[in-house]
Amino acid sequence: MAELHVFGEKRWMRVVLIGVAVLLLVVMLVAPLVLLFAEAFARGIAAYGASLMKSETLSAIGLTLKIAAIVVPINAAFGVVAAWGIAKFQFPGKSLLVSLIDLPISISPVVAGLVFVLIFGARGWLGPTLSEHGIKVIFAAPGMILATLFVTVAFVARQLIPLMEQQGREEEEAAIVLGASGFQTFWRVTLPNIRWGLVYGILLCNARAMGEFGAVAVVSGQIRGMTMTMPLQILALYQDYDSVGAFAVASLLALLAVVTLAVRRFLEWRYREELGYVGSL
Amino acid sequence: MSIAVAAAPRRRNALPGFGPTIGLTVFVVCVLILIPVAGLFVKATDLSVAQALALLSSPRVLAAFRLSFGLALLAAAVDGIAGLLIAWVLVRYDFPLRRYFDAIIDLPFALPTAVAGIALTALYADNGWFGAPLARLGINVAFTPLGIFVALLFIGLPYAVRTVQPVLADLERDVEEAALTLGAHPRQIFSRVIFPQLLPAILTGIGLAFARGVGEYGSVIFIAGNMPGISEILPLLIVIRLQQYDYAGAALIAATMLVGSLVILLALNLFAGRWVRRHG
Repeated sequence: MAELHVFGEKRWMRVVLIGVAVLLLVVMLVAPLVLLFAEAFARGIAAYGASLMKSETLSAIGLTLKIAAIVVPINAAFGVVAAWGIAKFQFPGKSLLVSLIDLPISISPVVAGLVFVLIFGARGWLGPTLSEHGIKVIFAAPGMILATLFVTVAFVARQLIPLMEQQGREEEEAAIVLGASGFQTFWRVTLPNIRWGLVYGILLCNARAMGEFGAVAVVSGQIRGMTMTMPLQILALYQDYDSVGAFAVASLLALLAVVTLAVRRFLEWRYREELGYVGSL
Repeated sequence: MSIAVAAAPRRRNALPGFGPTIGLTVFVVCVLILIPVAGLFVKATDLSVAQALALLSSPRVLAAFRLSFGLALLAAAVDGIAGLLIAWVLVRYDFPLRRYFDAIIDLPFALPTAVAGIALTALYADNGWFGAPLARLGINVAFTPLGIFVALLFIGLPYAVRTVQPVLADLERDVEEAALTLGAHPRQIFSRVIFPQLLPAILTGIGLAFARGVGEYGSVIFIAGNMPGISEILPLLIVIRLQQYDYAGAALIAATMLVGSLVILLALNLFAGRWVRRHG
């Protein structure tokens, strides 16, 4: 990229501005990331591996994967369905519906957990009735899945709605006029057009589902080896003064974040035309 | 013009699936989002007005409100300044590793909050890379309100950069060029030509960073120390109320927090709107 300095500032001014910006980025963002891996490997690679192999940590990793395996496909399907209805049709109340889908993103994670405790908790509206029938939602996996669904519900829809709006509906209408069924049209025409936006939305949804802390902390009860996810396990190990253990789990999630960002950059670079607008979350 | 539009035959949308997709979307939105969030406000009314006022005006709750709102606003404002500087440098200058620095801006979006929390705590603890030199100067960051500020600064930075960056990239350069030719000083060009066009985006970024910061929990509880009345944030107070099975109290604090941050966001938007009208 060519230098753009119409503005007329002096060269030393530019050097100072670049220096301060780089210093800010290194102190605020690079240092925490480097420290994570430095701390995780502080006692060597063997200690790192051993700390990840502890049964409590393994069960936290397992539960995190299980929750993501349930939540991500549901929210991906919801995102596609919602984006089809919202992007391809005009109807009253459309912007209200979009704002409501976005609402969980702007709500405090703790409040996201709280709303489900109010309904399903031991003293909630449905909690006592459900527990009479032996159904446990809060302090168990179902509540954690619900809270994660809530927190990540907008991620795929948010990527697809602007993308599908921008692509219009001429191609789909042509397919329908030529006799294709609705599902054929979606499968052969729409899906190939939105696939990279969908992949990116799924990646973001997955990163958040695996990394969610506040909402899950409120509904899980944090029972060791039972209702702990990876982010909750980080806090538990940290409170046990098991620094290598806590940072080892943290390093796995940090790796997931770095991979998510790298894939995002790659998709933006490779499929710029196809992706059109790429929202940032 | 309007007559022509009205007279034109309304094109029928030939695509199928409107009913089922919108029906399912509305159903999910109601069951998963609308009803649970409405329940929060319903639950808060379990308390009488006197009880609600007593809870909200208790010293511990008031201190948490001041801390959460005050630090979120302060951190968002500082992010606004840092974000402007970083966006400026990324858009206008070329330097080694620029693309990598641009990419790492999104790290706080993608990094789980607990991971950010543990990293910042270790970094700013008295024996940490940054904490040790600061402690020698007599400044303690981790386990003080200053630590909360540092965490909120981290969480909010990408909002501040990413809202200003596209506006800055789209700015018309010919106005700057004209001002320069007419002999304006760079400082005048910035304050009279560039800054007024950027301010709405800066305010949007500050608003987003603030909204995120008020409710932030994961990264803050690691670094805050969580001392009641000193470094106890609102979301933590909600969690503590819940652990005591005080559902109505937790709901009231949460509802007040939501309404409070909505009011501040609205005020920021109104100000940005007036600014745009006045400065074109």
